[in-house]
Amino acid sequence: MGSRECGQITSHSEPGPGDGGRTGSWRVLRPVINLDACIPSRRKVESCFICWLYCPDGVITRTIPPSIDYEYCKGCGICAEECPTKAITMVEETSVALEEK
Amino acid sequence: MKVIESGNVAAALGVKLCRANVIAAYPITPQTPLTEKLSEFVESGQMKAEYIPVESEHSALGVCIAASSTGARAFTATSANGLLYMHEQLHWAAGARLPIVMCVANRGVGAPWTVWNDQQDSLSQRDTGWIQLYAADHQEIIDSVIKAFYVAERTSIPVMVCYDGYILSHTHMPFEVPDQEKVDAFLPPFRPGYALDPDKPANLNTVTLPETRNNIRGETAHGYMELRYLLHEDMRNAIDVVGEAGQRFNDVFSSSGTAYLDMYKCDDATFVAVAMGSLSLHLRVVADILRDEGIKLGIMDLKLYRPFPDKVMADALKGKEGVIVMEKAISYGYAGPLYSDICSALYTHAMDESLGDLPFIYNYILGLGGRAIRTTDLVDAIRPICTGGAAKDQPAWIGLKL
Repeated sequence: MGSRECGQITSHSEPGPGDGGRTGSWRVLRPVINLDACIPSRRKVESCFICWLYCPDGVITRTIPPSIDYEYCKGCGICAEECPTKAITMVEETSVALEEK
Repeated sequence: MKVIESGNVAAALGVKLCRANVIAAYPITPQTPLTEKLSEFVESGQMKAEYIPVESEHSALGVCIAASSTGARAFTATSANGLLYMHEQLHWAAGARLPIVMCVANRGVGAPWTVWNDQQDSLSQRDTGWIQLYAADHQEIIDSVIKAFYVAERTSIPVMVCYDGYILSHTHMPFEVPDQEKVDAFLPPFRPGYALDPDKPANLNTVTLPETRNNIRGETAHGYMELRYLLHEDMRNAIDVVGEAGQRFNDVFSSSGTAYLDMYKCDDATFVAVAMGSLSLHLRVVADILRDEGIKLGIMDLKLYRPFPDKVMADALKGKEGVIVMEKAISYGYAGPLYSDICSALYTHAMDESLGDLPFIYNYILGLGGRAIRTTDLVDAIRPICTGGAAKDQPAWIGLKL
């Protein structure tokens, strides 16, 4: 099916997951949360969520514990940089792939 | 109602009748009286519109792009270097498929500085994706503005209405101002296919990848090249829309204007001179003079320059012995732009079907930067072409004193 079927005559995009494709495939480094060091996970109350606030792609949930959608996370590392307790570390995707094997 | 007014006022009256919602313009000679008139209409409450003063032409069109994106009917006007300063935004308006209407009071471009008329300004914007209409008198200016909004909104392509600076913009002529009720019947309120809505946020015209992609609903959305094709396709279809608009206009206003070519004594003509704008009316006098000498000359006034009505042009020139293209613009290093287009149209349609022998084509450049165009010079330039005595160098220039 060609793009004519979308009915648009301009380049027009709406905010939502996947508008730019599965951008998770771009990732080189994967953010992994250590829940023992994560403030809301440890205290079991809504708090901190700095990772959720700073994530430029909106792929981190404001939940206890926070979770990351790896389908769309590009691995920019801002969450790891901003986490006040250093609960997030960036792990090589190649090592994750090897582990999964 | 018949009035005697300037071409700029004819344009302003057209915009008022079309109930434009947003006007943004920066004054430049010879367009200035048009925008002054519009600001007067808005200030005095005769027109319900936002008049947004801006610091440049680039901003003027930027404001119109923003206004049109929200679903407002937007208008601007300019001339010469002001139009060139809009160049980037011209492409943007067309690519964003916004039905903005703009008047261009044609003026030569600097350097060197000039304020007088030629058509280099709008013709050099040929490939920006705008529809271009050329008016030859005041009646055509006001009628073209009204048709322009209709065509723009039907095609989602912006329209330029071009008329000669000073020669039309500043001279006074009688013309018929259509009734408001009839204009309202001809031009329904603008209903955009898409308009910005704070409740449904969207990104418009963001970075578009070379390939198609899936949108959030999983549908295949256009890549860059698909969008370029659609604009070209809709431009080609706009030839018919302009024709339909002309027919509808004539029905509603009991008018007799033509959409593509206004012909003068062309039926039995052996030779035809083609021009755009007020020059075509001047050439009618030349046709009469040369016909008295036994030279069967006809005059064609092209109203629609882009999209180029190539088939109409080729059919109209079928069987003629010679064509003389008279232009107030040049594509430096080759020829007049209209000359090239007509050559291309004739050649293309000669391949499609049997057109018989193709007419010879001659190109004249004249009137640049307001150089006076004398009837005697026109007669002296056209006569030798029709009697086999013309020099071979092309394009030839009229009135050059080098």
